[in-house]
Amino acid sequence: MSIKVAPVGHSRILSVGSYRPKRLVPNSEIVERIDSTDEWIQQRTGIETRRFAGDDETVISMAKAACEIALKRAKLTIADIDTVILATISYPFQAPSAATELINELGNPKAAAFDISAACAGFCYGVGMASDLVRTGTSTNVLVIGVEKLSDYTDPDDRATAFIFADGAGAVVIGKSDQPRIAQTIWGSDADSRDAILLSPSYLDFKKNPTKGVADLGWPNISQQGQTVFRWAVYQMSKAGIKAIEAAGITVDELGAFIPHQANIRIIETMAKEMKLPDSVLIADDIRTNGNTSAASVPLAMDQILQEHPELHGKLALLIGYGAGLVYAAQVVELPPRP
Amino acid sequence: MALAQADVLAGLKEIIEEVAGIPAATVEMDKNFTDDLDVDSLSMVEVVVAAEERFGVKIPDDSVTDLVTVGDAVNFIVNASK
Repeated sequence: MSIKVAPVGHSRILSVGSYRPKRLVPNSEIVERIDSTDEWIQQRTGIETRRFAGDDETVISMAKAACEIALKRAKLTIADIDTVILATISYPFQAPSAATELINELGNPKAAAFDISAACAGFCYGVGMASDLVRTGTSTNVLVIGVEKLSDYTDPDDRATAFIFADGAGAVVIGKSDQPRIAQTIWGSDADSRDAILLSPSYLDFKKNPTKGVADLGWPNISQQGQTVFRWAVYQMSKAGIKAIEAAGITVDELGAFIPHQANIRIIETMAKEMKLPDSVLIADDIRTNGNTSAASVPLAMDQILQEHPELHGKLALLIGYGAGLVYAAQVVELPPRP
Repeated sequence: MALAQADVLAGLKEIIEEVAGIPAATVEMDKNFTDDLDVDSLSMVEVVVAAEERFGVKIPDDSVTDLVTVGDAVNFIVNASK
């Protein structure tokens, strides 16, 4: 006796969309509280400006705006979507998920919907899962969203992080393909370095100490050990990137673009050097104007590089996300066709 | 077998020149990485990783902050090679 399964097919990214908050924040607005300078921030991170969401720009409203653009470009409606995977660490409710609020807002409350917590790697985790869901027939069209409102979880007085993190949303639609257009995802963790990036204290600390508030206990803002993260990101993630290229059966010179998580321009450039990417590979540098938006950074950077270089539509790109956990995921994808 | 201090210094000079663009001639034992050579914390990680590969030693993240001068790094590497 055997059970029936759908034949394994192929998947592709049909479209990308993004939302950038309205308010542009230059380094000059950050430096006073951390006794720093515009030059210092640019030299260490490449960041010139970032965007902070206002009160009317929530995790859900930003995700919704990005999804609507992605759907329009894919010439689909929300009714065509049967699965929604949302990556974030800044949705301020433990449950129900941000994905379920999003599908309700988008007008298809029946789609399968869930969040994934993989920090800055979340979007690439989602792309890998969505691709496999489509390939195995579980899903037909999947929305994968990376969205963050990290300004809610950033300490403006922390000299190590205040200038890094930012807000925004990006989304892709992943659907069926006639041939392979999303390669195998290379993913994993280095959880023995779990302390390198943290959001603490726990919310439970507030419950256990009812007489104390944020002033006493602090707030679960992001903290990170910069050198540890830099070392891991550059030297371990470049290996993961190479593995993803090998898994796709291509060589580096066949890539049109390298679209890594926008953590720090120094990480991005050193990683590209370690992987020996030729000059012909365009490197996404959205971090310069939009800061580090964690799960949102890869789709934001993808949309940006396609706007600047429309010839990249349909070309191969290496995506890699890496962050708190420490966790990572990388895959080679064919960039979506011109809308 | 322990590495010789002079050999480690010579190797570090080359690494610092390549990673941070600091002329090797200005790299001396008493020079402070940050204040004298303008090697920032992220470039320091690149120097450390290159030094690990070149000299076959491990320099843990926790130890990197203790390497204030070139001499600190040279002595750490010499000791780690014993």
